[in-house]
Formats: sequence, structure tokens, C-alpha cells
Amino acid sequence: MTTEKPPRQDDVQVSSMSQSLQGRPMQVQRQSGQTARQPDQPPGAAQAARTARLKELLADYHPTTGVSDELMDDTGTIRPVWKPFLDRLARLSADEIALSQARGTQYLRDAGVFFRHYGPDAHEEREWPLSHLPLLIAEAEWQSISEGLIERADLLERMMADFYGPGTLVSEGLVPAELLAANPEWLRPMVGVAPKSGHYLHMVAFDIGRGPDGKWWVLGDRAQAPSGAGFALETRMATSRSFPGIISDSHVARLAGFFRNFRDALLALRDNDDSRVTILTPGPMNDTYFEHAYIARYLGFLLVQGEDLVVKNGKLMVQTVGGLSPVSVLWRRLDSGWLDPLELNEHSQLGTPGILGALRAGNLTMVNAPGSGVLEARALMAYIPRIARQWLGHDLAMPNIATWWCGAEEARDYVKANAGRMTIDRALSNRLPFDHGPDVIIAGETRRGKPFDPALIDEAAGRLAAQEIVSLSTAPALSEAGRLEPRPVTLRVILARGPEGWQVMQGGFARIGPADASADISVQKGGSVSDVWVVCPEEPEDDTLLSKGAPRHVLPQLGALPTRAADNLFWLGRYSERVEQKFRLLRAWHLRLAESGRTDLPLMQLLSTTLGTMNLDMAQAFPDGLRYDIQAALTSAGNIRDRFSTDGWNALTDLQRSVQRIGPRLKPGDDAARAMSVFLRKISGFSGLVHDNMYHGAGWRFLSLGRAVERASGNALMLQVFTLPGAAEGALGIAIEAGDAIMTHRHRFPSFTSRESVLSLLLLDPENPRSVLAQCREMLRQLDGLERMGEAGLHPHMTPIRREVLRLDTDLAIAQAEDIDPDRLQEIVAATMRLSGLLAETYLR
Amino acid sequence: MIYDIRLRIAYEYQAPADVGRHILRIAPREIPGVQRVLHAALKLDPAPSEKIHRTDFFGNDCTEVAYGAALSETRFEMSARVERIAQDLGLDVSPDRSRFEAELAATPSIAADAPQNYLFSSVRVGTHRAVADWAAKVARRAETALTTAEAISDALHERMTFDSTATMVDTPLEEAFHLKRGVCQDYTHIAICALRSLGIPAGYVSGFLRTLPPEGQERLEGADAMHAWVRAWCGKDMGWVEFDPTNAMRAGQDHVVIAYGRDYFDVAPVKGALRIAGGQSNSQAVDVVALD
Repeated sequence: MTTEKPPRQDDVQVSSMSQSLQGRPMQVQRQSGQTARQPDQPPGAAQAARTARLKELLADYHPTTGVSDELMDDTGTIRPVWKPFLDRLARLSADEIALSQARGTQYLRDAGVFFRHYGPDAHEEREWPLSHLPLLIAEAEWQSISEGLIERADLLERMMADFYGPGTLVSEGLVPAELLAANPEWLRPMVGVAPKSGHYLHMVAFDIGRGPDGKWWVLGDRAQAPSGAGFALETRMATSRSFPGIISDSHVARLAGFFRNFRDALLALRDNDDSRVTILTPGPMNDTYFEHAYIARYLGFLLVQGEDLVVKNGKLMVQTVGGLSPVSVLWRRLDSGWLDPLELNEHSQLGTPGILGALRAGNLTMVNAPGSGVLEARALMAYIPRIARQWLGHDLAMPNIATWWCGAEEARDYVKANAGRMTIDRALSNRLPFDHGPDVIIAGETRRGKPFDPALIDEAAGRLAAQEIVSLSTAPALSEAGRLEPRPVTLRVILARGPEGWQVMQGGFARIGPADASADISVQKGGSVSDVWVVCPEEPEDDTLLSKGAPRHVLPQLGALPTRAADNLFWLGRYSERVEQKFRLLRAWHLRLAESGRTDLPLMQLLSTTLGTMNLDMAQAFPDGLRYDIQAALTSAGNIRDRFSTDGWNALTDLQRSVQRIGPRLKPGDDAARAMSVFLRKISGFSGLVHDNMYHGAGWRFLSLGRAVERASGNALMLQVFTLPGAAEGALGIAIEAGDAIMTHRHRFPSFTSRESVLSLLLLDPENPRSVLAQCREMLRQLDGLERMGEAGLHPHMTPIRREVLRLDTDLAIAQAEDIDPDRLQEIVAATMRLSGLLAETYLR
Repeated sequence: MIYDIRLRIAYEYQAPADVGRHILRIAPREIPGVQRVLHAALKLDPAPSEKIHRTDFFGNDCTEVAYGAALSETRFEMSARVERIAQDLGLDVSPDRSRFEAELAATPSIAADAPQNYLFSSVRVGTHRAVADWAAKVARRAETALTTAEAISDALHERMTFDSTATMVDTPLEEAFHLKRGVCQDYTHIAICALRSLGIPAGYVSGFLRTLPPEGQERLEGADAMHAWVRAWCGKDMGWVEFDPTNAMRAGQDHVVIAYGRDYFDVAPVKGALRIAGGQSNSQAVDVVALD
């Protein structure tokens, strides 16, 4: 990926918070026995055991005076919504709780949930930091949170329409012109472009926190391309895995309905039933790419990158192996500025030239409309209360955190006088109040602890905004000792627009600060994430992703395989096969080394020269050339993670981890030979998982073609080298091993090994799945399948690739082993080498 | 004054290039009371597969073209007849700089021509300490917004040497400022940066200069290619005033406007990405002939 900078530093960030840490004596009200009794114990004893266990769990739970706590009210009484949960938790022993945590963590690991960490070691994937205890909120309270946020989302929609329409908020003095004119997120090319769907915003998120007064406050508006919906889902899955028994009878609201409604809403925005809702991702280097791939898979949407798309005659199209396919609804997970190098950031390679033109032509709905990032500027929060009063005639039900924009003289003076209870940071930053920029001033001090210079506020003026420091409420997390401890918490609430307006996800996720409450709780900086349970009075209706009506939307379109995805699948097939071939040859080398202990024998010389031409330097215990191929396979796979199973991905990363762990320590000879066998099993496991489990659509065909092409050319090359008349003693045996045909050869030719027997089996035998002819048959089969999928006439049957494969197929089919002299073998090798280019010419341009 | 204008831009590619999609801003714009476009035509060779004509945010005339096939050359030719209406330069009724900020604040707007759109950093013109210090020194004795803008334009002309080899189209303005050399684009970007640092909204004007000077006058610098100059907002009564720092003059009868923007990014004559394997060369020819 070549861009100037990563397009979006984590939107899933949390914050640091300042809190005093005065402990206070805690009073825990004893629970009265209200849950099912354990059969083996007398009722009184079970009750007493649970009470004792609860007391133990809460022994360290001392909420700070002056902040709200989710678990206890200020008299130390457990809030009613938590009582049944705690009671269930108290039935688990310390070991059982540890086991529960491990189950949740294991789930995330198996599911491959990660976020990308930006730091000194760029591109590092980190596990999703699950805080295993859920945050519980009673449905009635959630209802009022929802109402407040729907009101705010509606207001944001109207503001957006004004910023990109008449501009009255500025001309009437309700919003300073500078907050738009100086904001790179206010996209002038979008002014006057009305959204096709009638709405600018289709998905927004809010980060909220509870203040010391017990009320919820909005900490940040997320309108650009909010992330978190997919992570919320996975966090829920993991927590269910941790506490399966508890969640099933805790009346927790389901999340599936939210996704179903949003999916159906997006599907309904399409021009016709043939086009697919398409998700635009910046690609695997983005920090939340996992979520993009996950959501695409979960909802059955097409995942693309900017280079997959092209604009033709004002319409957005995706380039697929079956030709151009229209896109009328695009859910972008890319910040607006990168969308269109023609009109926006001209250096962007993540976007599509002309995509704004497709919006202007009224042919495309974008979720959200480009330019929605303007709503995220923190200084705007200083004006939203006024806008609400002016437009709605009353205050918003849920206020946002008090904010002052230093471009206004009065505000500036106020900030200078009250800096001790504020943070002062960049006005147009979209970070959360607690997620500070490098030159933040907190409570009157710089990051280095120096007192701030008020003159700087006058000088920077409009570039700064101040926000009141609030103490967030605390919620329980499990400490290392397995007990509950209070930690600061914020909530991300996600809203999506359905046909009847905004829908609020019944849950979401909470960000939990680390044990040291004064530290930073960002996910990137050591905070963790917990599930949010909206607890209903009754068991909520079971819900799934399936549409309530006719399931007309769920038919996948197999022809719509983006060209880039096809290319990556093809190369994944090639690289994984290449890795397998190399393992096999390396094993042959090490086995012979183990037998003779010498590297100077003619056969060893021949082998190491051949390995050298394959970029494997036998002076290295584990040659770099192999490491690069494994990495290349992983890179190709990483580009298309929405297209094959998590198990397949895990098999590949497992191989890489083993190689990294064992590779450097290998001793030439027997030790290395045995290791190669282990690696071979792992890579075969990967191939098996992928080939056996993948739907036989276009993607599978390209993967299979890649494997067949690589196998054909690899085997032909091995045969050329090792069946050369006069080659070193034992060369034929290597050819058989490299072709993985020891058993078959022994079976077919029990008494002898000759050049002819080897060529006959590995080149010409259509029944041997590793022969070159068998690869031709496989390629023809896959090409047939592809041609059936394409639009009629788009790729006439006699494509250049098919012509070459057919020629080779015929040549091999009529040949006899004794006819194959080295010159002819040379021609066959050359033909197999042409296949990759011809396939690309036909399908991947 | 009426001009016949002809602009020819040609790109040649060593290997056929996927030319893709372009936005052209090369036709003069209509400016009520100042500039009338009597006729304008665009010839594109080869003919594009798509062509969209529209105005952009700033009200500039632009043409979006797309090509389906790879090309070895593209030619854009614009011909126009434009009348420039003589302007009375009038008295300086611009506010003193002490009153300027209040006047600016009195009419908040984000409309295309609103001064607020031209006061803050834009894609190609950020803030630069050295330029700001220089501007503060130059403007020390200027009292009104107009005299300030004039002083900046004149001082820049003094400081800089016109040199078409010193900078490239993407040279940062601070580099040209330190080199003290450059072309009209560099002059204009430095002037914008300087004026904004003084709190005066300033924007970029792309356009043409008449090729041959009226009898007895010197040929102006920049007349053989497309030209650029600056416009400054001088208060609500005077509005936008255009200065040509390359030639140390107010833009007037000799200047024909193509496009307004915050800086070159908004008005670049040909925008769009190419995918090319080999090199490319381009040429530009301008004729601006006075009819009377």
C-alpha cells in the first residue's frame, strides 16, 4: 500500500482520564437467596457459600468518591440490574472464572479477531483486548440513552444538510465559518450535491460516558465511517463463550436484529436486485480491516478496494472477472479525503477517480456521504447545544461534554481563567476528549508537566478548543487476582438508519481503562473492551440475521469476483503450492545429507544447484527464499480474508509461526528433514481446508488455477533437471520424491525406475493427480467453469489461456514417454511458464 | 478590450498510457461587469469517451473528460473571444487594518466568494514563519487593507527574480521564497501566504495575459504561457481586488480570468491521474491577441 500516511488512525480509540483515587469504605449489601439452589448442599450452606464467594469477589471493589459507579450506588448497594449476574458469577470458583476468561480469549484467537497496532513496529496485529466481564445496563435506561442519541443523530443529519447546502448555520452566526472553512473535512466539491437516498448519514456512533451526577454525556460524535459494529458482534460472541450459562438466562437483548435491519435497509437502497451492496476498505494495512472483512462476510456484501472500482458514464462499477458490474450502494470504510484522487487528495491510491462524479450524477448512494467527517470536529460540540435550542426549541436530551472554541474572544478569556479544569487541544481534531494530541494542555499543564502559557491561547486562538474534564463512571473488571475492581468506562453506541429512521444497536461495546485509573484507556494503549448487555425485564425474542420476509436478498452472485481478489487468490494458490514443492525438495536434500553426511557428492551438488535456482541458499539452515514465499502467500491471503475460512487463515499463520520459531534453530540433516515433514503437513492442512471447504465459485477456481499452474511448471522443471540423461546417480529418485509419487511409482513400476517410468507417471499419466497432464485437465475444468460464469460473449471460449492449455494437453495426451527427449521437455517447461501470463491477460486485466 | 485567445496543451507519452479521467479548467469565466465571454470552444483530440461540462464550487467552468483506451498523445485546444470591461480603480475605501477583523466577522458565510474561504491554510498554501515575518515587515507602514495588499505585491516583485527553470509545478512556496526565484505560480502562492498571515483573505487567479503589449509598452512576464496572480479581499466595500505580483501591477485590461480558487490545487488547468509506464512530455502554447 503506497499512501502518504495510514488513512485513519484508530477510530476505536479510547482515552485517558483524570480521576482522584481516594478510596472509601465500601458497604456491600448482602444478597438474599433468590436463585436456584444447588441440589447437593443443604439450602442454607449453598447460600452461605455464595455470599462468602461474593464477598471475596468484591473485596477489592472500592469505587472512588465523587465518581459514579455502574455496579454500586453511592451507598455501596449493588444496583438491581447487576444482582442476578453477580449471583451467578458467585457460583463460579476462581478456577472456573479463569477458565471462562480463557474460553473468551480463545474464541477471539480462533476467530482471528485483531486490530492493527500503529507503533514503532508498524503493521503489528494485536489481539482484541477483551475485558471479560460485560457491562450491564437496564433496558429502561438504554431506552432513554437511545432516545437521546436518536435525537442527536437527527440533528447531525440536519447540520450536514446545512453545511453542504444553504450554509445558514454559518450565515446566521450559529456556527463560526472557520470551523468549516479551515476544516479539511469540509469538502467543497460536495457542496450542493444532494444525497440520492435523501440522507447524508446512514450509520453514526457516539462515545458516551456517565458523569458524577449519574447522567450520560456525549464525549464524541462519529460520523465519518464509524467502526465498531463488527467488533461489538465478536465481543458478544466471545463473552457468550466465557459465560454461556449466565448470558442465556440474563435476558440480554440480541444484536442480530440491528444488523438485519441495516442490511435490509442498504439492500433496499439499490437500483435493482442485481447489484450488490459493496463495502469499500482501505485494505489490509488499515487498523480495522478485520472488521471490514468480517462485516462483508457476515452480511454477504462485496468487499472491495478503490482500485477494484471504476467510474463509467457517471456510474460506479466494480471490475470483476466477469466484466464490469454496477454498484449503486457503497458503504465506505475509508475517510472521505481519500475517496477520489481527481477531486480530493490527489495522492490517494485508495480511492477511485471520478467517484464524486457518480454521486453528483445521482447514481450512487454512499454510506455516509463524503464530507461527513466535518461533524466530528471537537470544537463543533461548543455549538451543538445552541443549534439544538435554535432548531428544536429545547436542549438535547443527552448533552455533550462542555466545550469552548478558542476562536471566540469570550470563550478564550473564559478558558484562560478556568484552564485548571479543562483540557485544551486542537479544535478540528476528531479525537475523543480523553484521547489527547501531542500538544494538549491538561488542567493547565503541558504533557511535560509545565504550566501553560496563556499567550499561546491567544495566538493559536481558532485552532484550539477546550473541554471540561469529567470523571467517568467506573465499572467492574476482573483483576489479576480474579476479583472485581472498578475501572473507568466509556460506551460506544452505534446507530444505523432503517426505513423508519434510526435504529440503535441494543448493546455495543464499552472501553475499560487499565487498573491504574489515571492512565490512558485507549485500546491502542492498553485499555480493554467489554461487551454491553442491555438487560430486559423479560426474555427477549430470539433473533437471527435471516430476513423476516422472503429471503430474496441472500442469493450470492458468484460472478461478481473483483479482479484484484481473483488475482490474490490465484497467487495464493501459486505460492502455497510453491512452498509445498520447496519443502519437499528441502526434505530430499536433508534426508540424503543425513544418510551420507556429505554435501560434495554429485547428487547433493545437483540438488543444491537446483535449490539455488529456486532462490534457496543451502548455506542457510532455513533459507530466506522459503520465508519470502510463505510471507507472499500470507500477503495474498491477507488481501482476501473475507473470502476464505478463519480456519484456513489460522492454518497459514500457524505455519508461519512454526517456521519462525523452529526455522532458525534447525540442524542440517535428520533434524531439518523431520521439520520439513512437519511443515509439509501444515501446508497440506491449509490446502486441504481451503480446497475442501471453499464454495466452488469463481474464487475457488482462481485458487485452483494458481495451484495447477504452479504444480505444472514446478513438476515440469523438476523433470527437466532430474531426468536429464547422465544426471547424477539417484536423480530419478529425487524427481519421484519432488512429485510426491514414491508410493504410486512403486505400485505402478514395482521392479525398476527408469527415465521413462518417471516421465510416464509424472508427466503423462492423467490419473496421477500430480502429473503435468493432470494439471492441464484441472485447468481446462476450471476454465470451463469460469466461462460459464462470465457474461455471454465476454470471453469467447478460445481464450489465449485455453488455447495454450489445450495445446499442451493434446501434446502430452498423445506423447509416449520414450518420445520425450530433453528438447521436447524444454518446450513443455516453456509452455507451462507461459500459462500464468496468459491467464492474467485473459481474466485479470 | 476584446481578445481572441487560443490555448493548446499537448501530452505525449513514450508508451501508450491509460490516460483515465481529467478535469480541465482552461476556459475563461464570465464575471459580471468585468469580463464577458463572447464565445468559447474546446477541441479535444482524440475525442474522449465521456465528457461532462459543469461549474465547480468556486463557480469555475470545468470540463471532465475520460478516455476508455490507452493513448500515446492527447491534445486539448481552447479558443475563446473575451471582452474585458475597463474598470475604474477608484479610491481606496478599504478599512484600516484595525477595523478589518470586525468587518470580516460581520458577514459570516461559507459561500464560494466569501472571504472566510480564503483566510485559512489550503492544500498548497500553509502557514510559514519566514513568509509571515517578511509580510509583517513589509506591511508595517501600510494602513488599509488595499495598501497592504499593494505593498505585498510590490515587495514580492522586488524580492523575486522571474526564472522559469528554478522551480517546478510542485515546488513548495517556502522554497521559492528562500530561492527568491520562480514563476507566476510561486509569486502568487507566496503572496497568498503573506496576505493570509496578515489576516487578509487571499486567493489564486489563473488566467491569461495579452501576448503583445500595447504600443510603446514592455511585454509582460508570463505572457507566453498560462498566467497566475492573486486576489485579496479588501473589505466589504471594495471586495476582491486582483494584483499581479509577477508584474507588480493591479490586474486589469491585460488580464483574462480563467478560474478562482484558494490556491493552485483548486484551479489547476489539467487535473487527473495517469498510469504510465514510460516518460511523458507536455507542451503548452498561448496566444492572446487584442482585436482593437
